[in-house]
Amino acid sequence: MRAWRQEDAPRRRRSLGRLVWSLGRQLHHGGRVARALFSSQYALMLEYRAETALWALSGILPFIMLGIWSQLAVPPAGLGPGQGADAGGIGLDQVQLSRYFLCAFVARQFSVAWVVYAFEEDALQGRLSPYLLQPLQPLWRYVAAHLAEQVTRLPFVVLIAAVFFLLQPAALWIPTPGRLVATVLAIWLAFTINFLLQSCIAILCFWSERASALERLLFIPYLFLSGLVAPLEVFPPALRAAAHWTPFPYMVAFPAQLLAGEAVPIAASFAAMVGWISLLLPITLLLWRAGVRRYSAMGA
Amino acid sequence: MAGLLRYWRTLKRFWGSALASQMEYQLNLLIEVLAMAGNLAGSLLLLWLIYGRGQQLGGWSLDAALVVLGIYTLLDGVSSTLLRPNLGAIVTQVQQGTLDFVLLKPIDSQFWLSTRTLSPWGLPEIVTGLALAIWAALRAGARPGAATILGGALMLLSSVVILYSLWFVLATTSIWFVKTWNVTEVLRAALSAGRYPISAYPAGLRTLFTVVLPVAFLTTVPAEAILGRASGMWLLLSVAVATASLLFSRWFWRLALRDYTSASS
Repeated sequence: MRAWRQEDAPRRRRSLGRLVWSLGRQLHHGGRVARALFSSQYALMLEYRAETALWALSGILPFIMLGIWSQLAVPPAGLGPGQGADAGGIGLDQVQLSRYFLCAFVARQFSVAWVVYAFEEDALQGRLSPYLLQPLQPLWRYVAAHLAEQVTRLPFVVLIAAVFFLLQPAALWIPTPGRLVATVLAIWLAFTINFLLQSCIAILCFWSERASALERLLFIPYLFLSGLVAPLEVFPPALRAAAHWTPFPYMVAFPAQLLAGEAVPIAASFAAMVGWISLLLPITLLLWRAGVRRYSAMGA
Repeated sequence: MAGLLRYWRTLKRFWGSALASQMEYQLNLLIEVLAMAGNLAGSLLLLWLIYGRGQQLGGWSLDAALVVLGIYTLLDGVSSTLLRPNLGAIVTQVQQGTLDFVLLKPIDSQFWLSTRTLSPWGLPEIVTGLALAIWAALRAGARPGAATILGGALMLLSSVVILYSLWFVLATTSIWFVKTWNVTEVLRAALSAGRYPISAYPAGLRTLFTVVLPVAFLTTVPAEAILGRASGMWLLLSVAVATASLLFSRWFWRLALRDYTSASS
């Protein structure tokens, strides 16, 4: 696709009308490809609804951690409820904690990526070769699969959230429309970061056949620094500052705080996310190119 | 007795060949050790966040909570050494129809499926977990008497048996529902609650983790035993739960096999 676009470039420059026409044609073509990809992947995902439900359920870690932290936020005996709001020293009360961890759950659910596993399987089983022949960057196929999976996941996440509010009615709240839109955007950016990080590792499959082991290592700092197991407020300031030098807090904690209605530096966080994406995207594409060259060199 | 001996010899063959083939991938050792170090560091960070501000997890001192973390690490090692490589393969056997060949072998099929292979890369985790548990227990003031050691070992054995049975039962359901192969991931996620003593949870979750999903018997009860403060009632209960869940897994497997109709039909 890229080669075709470069060849076309001089001709496109001839007139404005032609440029608009050509752009329109490309957009139209791209739209058709995207729709076909998404709808076929969506049909595939619907087949695996039971699996998706279980994947959604396997993200319950934030609720377990909510159990731990809410016990710590309980004021020690002898303090009145007014004094006790912050007696645990966490800086968050019961309701805020519940909301935060529910939002962390939601943020994680819609930013999950499993490119490494899908790509490793495709590469090992030889399905990758036909994909490489098609005039479409194969990573798009995985993007479509992830987006389709998110749509099939939605009802299960809504269900889990409903059960959560049944158990914790005090935590129920309606986010403002502005926050809601910002959260969707933030989760989408978080997914992009996660997807790019994983793609980089997945592409290493071209060199080593067990790239998924590296993904396990990447998951560890993600787990502890993203805000999935503890709200970042409980980190000591130095550690929190250090965590913000990594992409991990933006992948769960920021969207979660945004949705929960907490005070967060919105503009700075979005800027950091865009920064991480503009760093990771070229790396991914460069790695991809080097990897494909190696792949064909092997003659596989 | 001769039958038992035959199973023992088979087991040695299984694990000998598994070790020989796994030694081809020595880089895995490095990755597993790094993963373990990272996970332990993260868990310690979390404990430090809690205890550093003068709070306690459900009335457990830091050293006592470390015993729980040590046992959790040990069980995680057992899962990656034995449970995941073997029980994770059951669904593949069902999908590809190779389960038929297992059923035809002149050996108990549950034994074959549960012990066929062994991944040595979980061993560092087992050793580290055990060492952490013992070190922390000594720091917490446990007296290493014969009763404590025997009780602790018995409780650890019970918890491994319970974990195995749970995992095996869930893996068995893939005979009916092939598409729910990842149900063991839900189990793994829920069991991560075992990193902390059970009394650190609110009452509702505590009941859930004791009665419905026996997380309490996996890490908290063995930790109490190692610390030498478990009551006889809990020890008996734990052994009873282990025996019952092992028998249940056996019965459940037979039940599943009755409905098994092979991959093609």
